[in-house]
Amino acid sequence: MAFLSESDQGLFCAAGGFHIDPWLPVPRALITHAHGDHARPGSDAYLCAAGGEGLLRRRLGAEATIESIAYGRELTIGSVRVTFHPAGHVLGSAQIRLESDAGVWVVSGDYKRAHDPTCAPFEPLRCDTFVTESTFGLPIYRWDETARVIDEIAAWWRGNADAGRASLLFCYNLGKAQRLLAELMRVTERPVYVHGMMLGMIEAYRDAGIAMLPVLPVIERAAGRRSAAASFAGELILAPVAARGTPWVRRLGELSDGFASGLMRVRGVRRQRGFDRGFVLSDHADWPALLATIAETGASRVLATHGHAEPLARHLAGLGLASGTIRTAWEGEPAGD
Amino acid sequence: MKRFAELYDAIDRTTSTNAKVAAMVGYFQTAPAADVAWAIFFLTGRRLKRLVPSAAIRDWTLKATGIDAWLLEECHAVVGDGAETAALVLDQVASTGRDETPLSEWVESRILPLRELGPGEQHAQVAHWWTLLDRTRRFMLLKILTGELRVGVSQTLVVRALAEAAALPATTIAARLMGDWAPTAAWVGALMSAEETSDDRSRPYPFFLASPLEAPLASLGAPADWLIEWKWDGIRAQLVCRGGDVHLWSRGEELITPRFPEIAAAATRLPDGTVLDGEVLAFRDGQPLLFSALQQRIGRQRQLAQAMRAVPVVFMAYDLLEDHGADIREQPIEARRLRLEALLPGGGMLRTSPLIAAESWAALDPLRAESRARGVEGLMLKRRTSAYGVGRRKGDWWKWKIDPYTIDAVLIYAQPGSGRRASLLTDYTFGVWDGDELVPIAKAYSGLSNDEIAEIDRWIRRHTRERYGPVRHVEPLQVFELGFEAIAPSPRHRSGIAVRFPRMLRWRRDKGPRDADTLDSVRKLMA
Repeated sequence: MAFLSESDQGLFCAAGGFHIDPWLPVPRALITHAHGDHARPGSDAYLCAAGGEGLLRRRLGAEATIESIAYGRELTIGSVRVTFHPAGHVLGSAQIRLESDAGVWVVSGDYKRAHDPTCAPFEPLRCDTFVTESTFGLPIYRWDETARVIDEIAAWWRGNADAGRASLLFCYNLGKAQRLLAELMRVTERPVYVHGMMLGMIEAYRDAGIAMLPVLPVIERAAGRRSAAASFAGELILAPVAARGTPWVRRLGELSDGFASGLMRVRGVRRQRGFDRGFVLSDHADWPALLATIAETGASRVLATHGHAEPLARHLAGLGLASGTIRTAWEGEPAGD
Repeated sequence: MKRFAELYDAIDRTTSTNAKVAAMVGYFQTAPAADVAWAIFFLTGRRLKRLVPSAAIRDWTLKATGIDAWLLEECHAVVGDGAETAALVLDQVASTGRDETPLSEWVESRILPLRELGPGEQHAQVAHWWTLLDRTRRFMLLKILTGELRVGVSQTLVVRALAEAAALPATTIAARLMGDWAPTAAWVGALMSAEETSDDRSRPYPFFLASPLEAPLASLGAPADWLIEWKWDGIRAQLVCRGGDVHLWSRGEELITPRFPEIAAAATRLPDGTVLDGEVLAFRDGQPLLFSALQQRIGRQRQLAQAMRAVPVVFMAYDLLEDHGADIREQPIEARRLRLEALLPGGGMLRTSPLIAAESWAALDPLRAESRARGVEGLMLKRRTSAYGVGRRKGDWWKWKIDPYTIDAVLIYAQPGSGRRASLLTDYTFGVWDGDELVPIAKAYSGLSNDEIAEIDRWIRRHTRERYGPVRHVEPLQVFELGFEAIAPSPRHRSGIAVRFPRMLRWRRDKGPRDADTLDSVRKLMA
């Protein structure tokens, strides 16, 4: 792993003099996508895929120096030819392809293979060394069809409406919320209420031309009515998990709550967090998709990072691939799911 | 089994008790009686004796999926439950999901007969069933096979739902659910029947339970309003004498009459239609013995005569629930006690738990401090006007236990919990110093808040020295105050010490590892 090394700041490419998704400030950071565990503030200069610039700007602020480049357009940095390619994770998310004397390396960032109306589909790339995410790198993680999960959510929403309750669905506010709003267009035209923290990222997606259900901020309706408690019965409300347990939730009145995340695949995790319902909808590759993608790259060496890296690497070694892990500063729950 | 799986999902998908009860009522009213019987069996936490060892389920799962054993083990550490792990990875095995066989037929004609089969045939059978069932039902099947099926409802909720479905008082249902019954359609008929059945007569009443006293004593009002007794450390039991028969029921709803024949013999002298509530105590020379002595009377059926000589017992009665055939539970305990004292005036095999006089709450402190020396667990406080209720209802009966033994110990190992603590590191091993070495002294997993658990989980992940499968050896830096109820020498433990009911009382962030207790200081607690 001489071409890319693990520095104290994160993954470092000496031949190009840049870091990829560093967790501490560096002179030059190439960013796969705008989630908090990949895009950290404080670096001197950032480079990302064109579709992700708006989101990265919202994450890093107006002062940050951000350049972007279209998917597939080549840029030479030092002795490395760099291209960004769609990863299918969230809007503007990218795999970063690095070609040099060291051969072809691809750093996947986070990715998924399921269809997502809010972002460009994952582009399979051939490479010698593949740095893959492994958030859900265990065979227990296997996603159902998205349509089936959306139907489950719609049925839950209907059931709650019949019982005069609100449906409060927690989800990550960059990626998952927009994907839900886009997917739900298949089953309804009804506006969805959202927590105020979500409005910015939803707006960024609309700016990028993504079609989604209309949204209304909870705050307006709550302020507009005296009997706020009754007024959300039958409505669907999206909120970030951070809003859970805050007084904000009380204004929604009687409700059933759910969490849309790949983590909800495990019953014990859902019960530990006390959600009524868990909807298994992830923006990460599941186990079969990880293995299929790794096979498609034709890579002879695979380095796993973010999540269940060790078991994935060990499994790949068992398949005869050279494999290893790359440590990250992030352990525990994935921020983007 | 499909409908029972739907009921399971409905219960699992809500935290509202009303919604859980409504789902059960719907099932009880519409499912065939034979299925309702088995549903009640599982809902009330009864289990089939394990039909298939967990190791076999694991092997069959490996065969069906082609996954390596170590990888399944990694999955288990995240999921925290063997059956769920298997059901999740088995998703790759195609299923028709179309099975409509009722629950009773599944249990009686398919699952129970597995016991007669060899391992090879069992494997073939179960692998075939997997192709019929969807994920929830595969999970349920595996849980039933390993004797671990648990549904997220309390007995009280099941009783409430059955009472609503049958339009009977909850107390009638609760009494009929006590003790032994076979899950058959006929039994369900009797359970839901408005008429009294012959079995009703051997049954105990549902136990009324005290709550731990957390508020200050002064908040209880005047001491004169309360009956005060010792809290005995034995087996809570009801002695039921009706129709010339004697039945001794433990609070675990087990019939323990055969283990304590001397109590049953003494009870034959009681009037017909008497039900006592009290405690079976190991007792010698007017003093209770340690609970560990009583344990010798629980396990050994074969050497009963020998055990009877070695560990004499008494029945320490503290309540009278039925007097000459009349249910007097609604009377104030003060009145019930007067009748009890009249019934059991002396100090024989059946005796009345004495009352403790206290002029003031302050006078109780020194008495409570004597608890350990007296071989009791603390004090009981019962409101003089209280009826004998059902279950644990706060307000009238309080248990005021002695403070536990405490030590400070260092966190040395951690591993993931199970069930709702899956994938969080919540099961800890603690050590105390023996020279420069930390010797494991206790395992504990309760007592911390969810926030503390999450914080420690993150800390452990950053401070893991080594991993042995799911177990992490952590840097010995964090100190916890542990509490436990009893301490005794034990040749089976490396420390030479066994503690009872260890739990975490506090995270001592203010202490460094060298401030923790030593093996010597812990040994002194036994003196």
